[in-house]
Amino acid sequence: MIQKDLTTYAKNTWCPGCGNFAILTAIKAVMKSLIDEGLPFENIAIISGIGCHAKIVDYINVNSFYSIHGRVVPVAQGVKIANRNLKVICFEGDGDAYGEGLEHLIFAAKRNIDITMIIHNNRVYGLTTGQYTPTSPLGFKGKSTPFGTKELPINPLELMLSSGATFIARGYSSHLELLKKLFKEAIMHKGFALVDVLQVCVTFFNMYEYYNKTVYELKEHDTNDYNRALDKIREWDYSANSPIGLGIFYKKNASSFDDNFPKTIPQKEDEKDIKIKNILKDFV
Amino acid sequence: MKEFSLLLGGMAGDGIDKASLILARILNRLGYCIYIYREYPSIIRGGHTYSIIRASQNKITTHTNKVDCILALNQDCLSLHKDRLKNDSFIIYDSDAVKPEGLPLIKQLQGIPLDKIIKEEKALAVTRNSCIIGSFCKASGIKMEILEDVFKRNISRELDMNLKVALKGNENTKELFKLEKISERCFPIFTGNEAISFGLIKGGLNSYIAYPMTPTSNILHFLASLAEKFSLKVIHPENEISVMLMAEGFAYAGERVAVGTAGGGFCLMTEGLTFAGMAELPVVIILGQRTGPSTGLPTYTGQTELHFALNAGQGEFTRLVIAPGDAEEAYFWSALCLNLVWKYQLPGIILVDKTLCEGTYSFNIDAIENIKKCEPVLWDRKEQYKRYLNTETGISPLAFPSDKDAIIKINSYEHDEAGITIEDSVTTKDMCDKRLRKEKYLLEELIEYKPVRVYENANSTVGIICWGSNKGVCIEAGQNLGFKIIQPVVLSPFPKEEFKSAISGLKKIICVENNATGQLIKLIKYYGFDVDEKILKYDGRPFSLDELENELRKIL
Repeated sequence: MIQKDLTTYAKNTWCPGCGNFAILTAIKAVMKSLIDEGLPFENIAIISGIGCHAKIVDYINVNSFYSIHGRVVPVAQGVKIANRNLKVICFEGDGDAYGEGLEHLIFAAKRNIDITMIIHNNRVYGLTTGQYTPTSPLGFKGKSTPFGTKELPINPLELMLSSGATFIARGYSSHLELLKKLFKEAIMHKGFALVDVLQVCVTFFNMYEYYNKTVYELKEHDTNDYNRALDKIREWDYSANSPIGLGIFYKKNASSFDDNFPKTIPQKEDEKDIKIKNILKDFV
Repeated sequence: MKEFSLLLGGMAGDGIDKASLILARILNRLGYCIYIYREYPSIIRGGHTYSIIRASQNKITTHTNKVDCILALNQDCLSLHKDRLKNDSFIIYDSDAVKPEGLPLIKQLQGIPLDKIIKEEKALAVTRNSCIIGSFCKASGIKMEILEDVFKRNISRELDMNLKVALKGNENTKELFKLEKISERCFPIFTGNEAISFGLIKGGLNSYIAYPMTPTSNILHFLASLAEKFSLKVIHPENEISVMLMAEGFAYAGERVAVGTAGGGFCLMTEGLTFAGMAELPVVIILGQRTGPSTGLPTYTGQTELHFALNAGQGEFTRLVIAPGDAEEAYFWSALCLNLVWKYQLPGIILVDKTLCEGTYSFNIDAIENIKKCEPVLWDRKEQYKRYLNTETGISPLAFPSDKDAIIKINSYEHDEAGITIEDSVTTKDMCDKRLRKEKYLLEELIEYKPVRVYENANSTVGIICWGSNKGVCIEAGQNLGFKIIQPVVLSPFPKEEFKSAISGLKKIICVENNATGQLIKLIKYYGFDVDEKILKYDGRPFSLDELENELRKIL
């Protein structure tokens, strides 16, 4: 009954030229290739927050959970722990992931839970029409900061590395082939994977020209080396004018939080009653 | 003796909690029904903490202010509680730590040198409580075999040492009277929190998620200890926001889930609560009230969150709010709540308080009503799957991720039947109606379970209305004074007709609540009812039986 075409009937309402189109195209290509390689279609679950990025769940015809602002990560962890057969792929904006829901992101990285985070990092609030985000550069003039921000951005990749994430990468919405490669590797990675995508918002913070001049793809970078990863991640602080590396910064094999739970075993009502009554004997 | 009440008090860190449970289980062996009231400060060492252990030949779920015996491990215990003594009460105290001065005339007073005994026996300081238990058993003529057996079942560390000092306490005490065995019954004794935990398991719980917060932390601890036995996934995430949203992830994936918190944590859960309403995800929330607002008295009780539970969150949606009154009800309604939220796909709140959560009860599982099986409605695979299929009852059949041929789309935005975001007026109204329509069918089903409970004296023209943990104290006071007791257990959807028939014929209605503003009164006023008198207590403590009887007599 299911159309294996991954498109829904929802009308796409992103602005023409929006970087989200590249993420949509890349993830659908990756999903198709995973399905072709044998991943059961029904074992994909995608989750989004609230913002322009989040509409992506309406546009892809797979199991989805359109959650609330900043709360993608707790939802994803619940889904994954409840059903470990699922490939849980999360889309979150920079406002969601690095602002409203930052604590969840840090804890999920710390637990190394097996989910994939794809961050649509346009460094501006789009759906609320143009305010600064945790990754906007110093001096960013938005509607809530008309004279420029007085605070430095956070470097989310450095934060993720120190929190325990085991797969850290950066993509760019104009490098489609790299995006596909990064998404696929992130999804196949067993553990907490985060891909920060420099996704350009053409309406409120058009960075195409700037990024085109400054980005480069990491070459001969040892992804197993924590200190080298840290150096590379620190090369650009999301504010100063410096080269912006794209690709996988860090990758590590480690045990995953979701490995540690008992399997749900359906219990017969009378067996359960007997078990409860037996335990009650300890309370006399 | 028909009933016997004793107070054990000392400093935080003296092991009062455990010792009072052991005393209760000793009295239980004599065939008594038990209730323990625990009062303790929000500190780990020092400060005064005590328990009142009441044993009765009848089923009881409340304590009395007056006690027959005080076991004092520190001076505060005598100074603070001397007014609880009756003429024939007796006191056993640590003669190394307590001076029995300024007391009313007491016939029986026994000092035991606890410090000296534990030094002689080279025992740990915390075993002073075992020593005084040994002393109590002698004073009340309880055989040491009973103490020994209860110790063996309840003490895992340093059992021999505890038995040795208990024996010393016993040898150093005179027998004052004999507490005889009154029956052969011997129920398990545990807290409301443990009853809720068992109830959730009975209701098919797969996972429990919580951030620690008094008074419900012990549900988290207890279920974590049972995780392996019942294949439970028990998780303690970074905060209550995460707790609620994680639970919704579980519900989406088809696992029965509950969360637990107090008012402060529930504040953080409200965005998730309304999400559950919109997305129609079944989650049970155990909401344990304590004295607010804000941090308030974190380890004391209150009933101030009725309207919070009923109204928390933006938007309009169907929710189930149930306030059980004692451990057996907590078991029954927790199990039922989990079943019902899965059938109707909505959030359900078990509204309890510190009195019920941390009060200790005799628990008779055989007296609990049958919970009829109510299964969730599942997708029949005949038509293409739509998560929000608009049906007559408002209930859309369920499928879960990994189910073949179904695409399950959950949405916090207003959505169409397939779960895709919409903004048009017709679908907006239709979907709102769909979610609210479930309330009618839910209420119809709840009627079978008697959502408004009525207790003796049913023929009285004076009625006491109460909710939650005040059930027990109101029933007992009502029995003694000959009143009818009305306890609405289900508060949303409100069983208006059942409530109306319960109060019909009453000439005088008195409402008893642990809050300052009469929250149940406000609720029933909304449905066109009113009360004649109210008895409100909001000092962080529950009503004791004698206190409530005095208040009721004042009114009449």
